[in-house]
Amino acid sequence: MPKIKVEQLTKVFGRQPQRALPLVKQGKTKQEILKETGLTVGVNQASFEVEAGEIFVIMGLSGSGKSTLVRLLNRLIEPTEGKVLIDHADIVQMNEQQLQEVRRKKLGMVFQKFALFPHRTVLENVEFGLEIQNIPKSEREPKAREALSLVGLAGWEDSYPDQLSGGMQQRVGLARALANDPDVLLMDEAFSALDPLIRKDMQDELLELQATMQKTIIFITHDLDEALKIGDRIALMKDGTIVQIGTPEEILTNPANEYVEKFVEDVDRSKVLSAEHVMKRAQTITLDKGPRVALQLMRDSGVSSLYVVDRKKTLLGVVTADAVNTAKQESLTLESVMRKEIPTVSPKTLLHELFDLVAFSDIPVAVVGEQNRLLGVVVKGSVLGGLAGKVNPEVGSTPHADQTAAAMEGANSGENAGTNAMNPASLNASANTRVNIGVNKSENKQAAADVKTDEEHAFAEERQVK
Amino acid sequence: MGELFPKLPVDRWIENVVDFLDDHLGIVFDMITTVIGGLVDLFALLFSGLPSWLLIIVLVLLAYRAGKWPIALFSFIGLLLIENLGYWEHAMDTLALVMTAGLISVIIGIPVGIWCARTDSVRNVVTPVLDFMQTMPAFVYLIPAIFFFGLGKVPGVIASVIFAMPPTIRLTNLGIRQVPAELIEASDAFGSTAWQKLVKVQMPLARPTVMAGINQSIMLALSMVVIASMIGAKGLGADVYRAVTQIKIGAGFEAGLAIVIMAILLDRITQSMGKKKNA
Repeated sequence: MPKIKVEQLTKVFGRQPQRALPLVKQGKTKQEILKETGLTVGVNQASFEVEAGEIFVIMGLSGSGKSTLVRLLNRLIEPTEGKVLIDHADIVQMNEQQLQEVRRKKLGMVFQKFALFPHRTVLENVEFGLEIQNIPKSEREPKAREALSLVGLAGWEDSYPDQLSGGMQQRVGLARALANDPDVLLMDEAFSALDPLIRKDMQDELLELQATMQKTIIFITHDLDEALKIGDRIALMKDGTIVQIGTPEEILTNPANEYVEKFVEDVDRSKVLSAEHVMKRAQTITLDKGPRVALQLMRDSGVSSLYVVDRKKTLLGVVTADAVNTAKQESLTLESVMRKEIPTVSPKTLLHELFDLVAFSDIPVAVVGEQNRLLGVVVKGSVLGGLAGKVNPEVGSTPHADQTAAAMEGANSGENAGTNAMNPASLNASANTRVNIGVNKSENKQAAADVKTDEEHAFAEERQVK
Repeated sequence: MGELFPKLPVDRWIENVVDFLDDHLGIVFDMITTVIGGLVDLFALLFSGLPSWLLIIVLVLLAYRAGKWPIALFSFIGLLLIENLGYWEHAMDTLALVMTAGLISVIIGIPVGIWCARTDSVRNVVTPVLDFMQTMPAFVYLIPAIFFFGLGKVPGVIASVIFAMPPTIRLTNLGIRQVPAELIEASDAFGSTAWQKLVKVQMPLARPTVMAGINQSIMLALSMVVIASMIGAKGLGADVYRAVTQIKIGAGFEAGLAIVIMAILLDRITQSMGKKKNA
């Protein structure tokens, strides 16, 4: 059961706003309604549900109605029509006392410009919500102090807001909202007025706090990167209408329309997409096969390395073309030439954490799930493809035994130009037996040192190829 | 013109209204007279009853709290001068008059100002009334004041209140309306009642502006003392008035100087009350 359920919530600004409702229902746009009636539609039939413990981001450019929408939720702005159900109770139908009670107990709010009371100390600001519930000083002060220490402001209780920096002021704002211990936090562009570094810190801290608090958070922002970073789900607004609701990945990979597409164009995908979005099918071999089979397989698929797995697809290691050649000449088994120290990542590893690993690895980086099960591989081309917005959603769902190396290496020419330039580099590097990257968790310090020098080596080589 | 539209008998209407009020609301006016007269007497008793040196010390301390020592020094010298010139008793009568008028202005003015700030329609009605109160020559409403309240200090106080109250109302209204919208939102968002919002957020933030209004009211009340003296109110105003009628330049200047000293003292003390404790 959702914590918050919003149904057909509409706000029309102007005299006799009811006049615009039929037009709104006919599906006319904000501009058309303004022309016909002179009324401004702030929020147009917004419907969504927010689960308990979720961070729900409402995003849009200025004038899109996002700040109006969040104010409709606690009726700082009176809705023209629609329902706002919080724990099944419709806020819109409540009388003054009931509304006050819900605001006091269930809804905390954090404001863009902090909205701290300048005539009150930090502690008195944080106490405010409890004070108006007539909770005695002896009871509310410890709670306020606790909230302050939660946001890292212990020791600043007796300062006045104007003695604090912007970031600290917003921490006070957050503490003030938390002191009441509300279920729901409404955060209206809470970090937008902060400078970028502080904003990033605050985002991290909010996520950290949220991990323990499990509040239901409605977060308003105009910053897509912020939305993607902190949102479990995102609602994108335009002209008062919710254009799309989805997880960050869904918004990025399947924009509902041109508007969303344009919006997400500039986003830093490396911080949203993870290995599972860009991984390709791995070319594998089992240990019961001999070197000749391995070489044949490599030739057929045009790859220079094969991942060795058992029947359960547990990753055992990797064999390179050079190693298999040696094995063939000296009649060794695959197992004896198999490399066990190979770079692996989890499917949730974000792209921007993959850059170094992929760039300096001579073999594709293995993506492994639980019990070291091989899920796929990431190569340079697929990372670049992901950054360019080309995501491979089919990995894992439609296995093809005869998947070619071209696909593996992301060399589907025309997909992007960078891929082809990269391929020779990786092949070349893999031919060089001295390159040995160990990135398993078991690696020792020596191995780590090796990585360092080998990385440099591979990097130099790659540049030569370019 | 004159034949087509006969003159509207505004003068008769007003006189009828005054007669009607006097006939039917006599008890109310008596009550007002008792209350205001009592207040003035109370203040006068307090100020005149205490020995002058004690009052000088208290006022100098207040002035010192209000500002720096130059104001305290000025107060000390000024008050000694008033005493020396022999105007102490009358200065205290004036102070009692001004304090009463100021107090009534605050008691009525602040709630009306708050009401104006909360409701636009109230403000739209009150604003022209305030304009009327401030621009109508004081002598005009002295006449009905005498009618209702007789001669003496009470009509003087009433005239002072009418003239002095508008700044308190205007600036209370302004001060509350100037409280940033996001602070009102914050207050509402946490579930404040209207009263909590007023007491905990609006009034504290409007305080400097409201105090400026009160300061103005007191200054205006002081400026009315000469006019009030014409209908029998005691004090420095009466000295000035007597000097004017008898063309005694020196005495007039002395009484005027005493008023100026009182004005500066009251101004500085009330101004500082607005600035204090604002972080």
